[in-house]
Amino acid sequence: MAASTTPATTSATAPAKDRLGEVFELAWRQRDYLATVYKRTWKGSVVSSFLMPVLYLLAMGVGLGGFIDDGSAQSALGGVRYIEFIAPGLLVATAMQTAVGESTYPVMGGFKWTKVYHSQVATPLSPASVLLANLAYVLFRLTTTCTVFVVVLAAFGLMPGVGAAFAVLLVALLVGMAYTTPVFAYSAKLEEPSGFAPVFRLGIMPMFLFSGAFFNVSQLPDVIEWLAYLNPLWHAVELARMATIYAVDAPALLLHIAYLVLLLGVGWWLALRLFTRRLVG
Amino acid sequence: MIEPESIVRHIVAPACTGRLGNDPLPAQTSWGCRWLVLDCLNVSEDGVDHADPTGALIDARGLVKSYGDFTAVRGIDVQVRAGEAFGFLGPNGAGKSSTMRMIASVSPITGGSLRILGLDPAREGPAVRARLGVCPQEDQLDMELSVRENLTVYGRYFGLTRAVCAQRADELLGFVQLTEKAGAKVEDLSGGMKRRLTIARSLINNPDILLLDEPTTGLDPQARHLLWDKLFRLKQQGITIVLTTHYMDEAEQLCDRLVVMDDGLVVAEGSPAELIARHATREVTELRFGVGHHEELLGKVEDLAEWVEVLPDRLLLYTDDGEAAAAAVHARGLQPRSVLVRRSTLEDVFLRLTGRTLVD
Repeated sequence: MAASTTPATTSATAPAKDRLGEVFELAWRQRDYLATVYKRTWKGSVVSSFLMPVLYLLAMGVGLGGFIDDGSAQSALGGVRYIEFIAPGLLVATAMQTAVGESTYPVMGGFKWTKVYHSQVATPLSPASVLLANLAYVLFRLTTTCTVFVVVLAAFGLMPGVGAAFAVLLVALLVGMAYTTPVFAYSAKLEEPSGFAPVFRLGIMPMFLFSGAFFNVSQLPDVIEWLAYLNPLWHAVELARMATIYAVDAPALLLHIAYLVLLLGVGWWLALRLFTRRLVG
Repeated sequence: MIEPESIVRHIVAPACTGRLGNDPLPAQTSWGCRWLVLDCLNVSEDGVDHADPTGALIDARGLVKSYGDFTAVRGIDVQVRAGEAFGFLGPNGAGKSSTMRMIASVSPITGGSLRILGLDPAREGPAVRARLGVCPQEDQLDMELSVRENLTVYGRYFGLTRAVCAQRADELLGFVQLTEKAGAKVEDLSGGMKRRLTIARSLINNPDILLLDEPTTGLDPQARHLLWDKLFRLKQQGITIVLTTHYMDEAEQLCDRLVVMDDGLVVAEGSPAELIARHATREVTELRFGVGHHEELLGKVEDLAEWVEVLPDRLLLYTDDGEAAAAAVHARGLQPRSVLVRRSTLEDVFLRLTGRTLVD
């Protein structure tokens, strides 16, 4: 059997590397738990994921947009109405906020309050599989929230077609996960929930305001403009507009995607290290 | 359902193969079925004895655990055999919980060697943990799930099917007397009920070894006795139990064999009776005088016993005849406020070995 093929030369003390297939298999075993978690929260999340875009579109798009479109702003926006200009940005910003919300208090709770992560790694589950399953849960939450958002946008007549709708949804999921993995890492390191306030006030809020969702960042003073180019959400806003209202610029497209994928990858690497250290130290 | 094939395998397997060969989750047989087999044969279902020449399910040698500069476990040797109830006794900070986390194959060892069920936890952690039941010091239950969901969801982590989880959850709720609470929220349970639920949860995978970290700490006496009864039943069914405690009565009640740990080291090992015979006298005479007089009275009674321990509130005279010692004290004209003659306990062993009481 397999036992006879076990290499006798491996060091007895070197921990076995998690095999990818095993990580996925162990993550899949957590579906019933995560489904139970979802069942007790889905009602609230569905209502808010429907209300949020409607309120934003009415306030910013119809209200503020009506005021802006009366002036001479349309040429500055590339010939689109203000509501069309902000719609893609609102979607990706919502993805960011949903992702960060799911990656802060729930993750700290898993370590500190319910300690569910600790009880999970006492079973065959590994830290990597716990991390992966929880990331998959966030991806699921992002998918439902953003799909509702895209449907609302379509209802407002803001989706040029089905292809655009899928493309912009993928952008939203990508940026959502690009925020999820680093924030998971941050939450896994944090001892007290007071550490989240700076994330929201000094991180998420400025990134939201200076993402280009509401105005082109080129209008900002140079220093802030350059800071805005580091903002992952700005890259997502640019991608989302390429998916819906503007022409595709291939090099820029690849650059934006690469930036977000890099963030996601670095975040995963950090989160895995910190989950492992905290759970099996 | 009883699966005849697995019974046959259980009967013939232990002598010749590893535990059910290559099946990583042999616990698919029903709960009752396994006990039936064990009761008939009066053997433990381990089947790995041949894998370890000592026959130990847990074999730790020179085990060390360090956290940075701090060394919690400083080189201990521990062997736990199949079917045994084994205890780690010691005060807080002795290294018991660190040792348990290593045995639970969660915390990597810093030095020495460790084999669990014949496997190396560092290399085969998931396979080892699949066969352990872990009851942590804090309950770690999901407060927002129902009592029953806490069991079924947990069973899924072991790769058990939903049907098996459901069946076993119902059996285990019956075993820990929580059937009526199956639909209740966990936060509505009492401390004793939560602890019983945690034990039920740790049994969902039909483990070979049950690890209990301070199982009755914080429980009222009634809840403790109910819990001990459950652990006794498990022990009778042949499951190997490893527990930590800082209660001597718990260790004496439950453990076939134990080690006394202090400051990261094992200071004594044996059955409770052996330890008492080796490190204490048959009886103890406790003398209580007024506050603060015990130290100065030591010289007056020292020769009446094999040795005398001075505690802040009493003198302990270690002797094989406690009544005679008490009479001799009175014969010398000393008038303690109270005299108690009792048998020696593990507390006395610990006091003798470390100069301290267990619960400071």
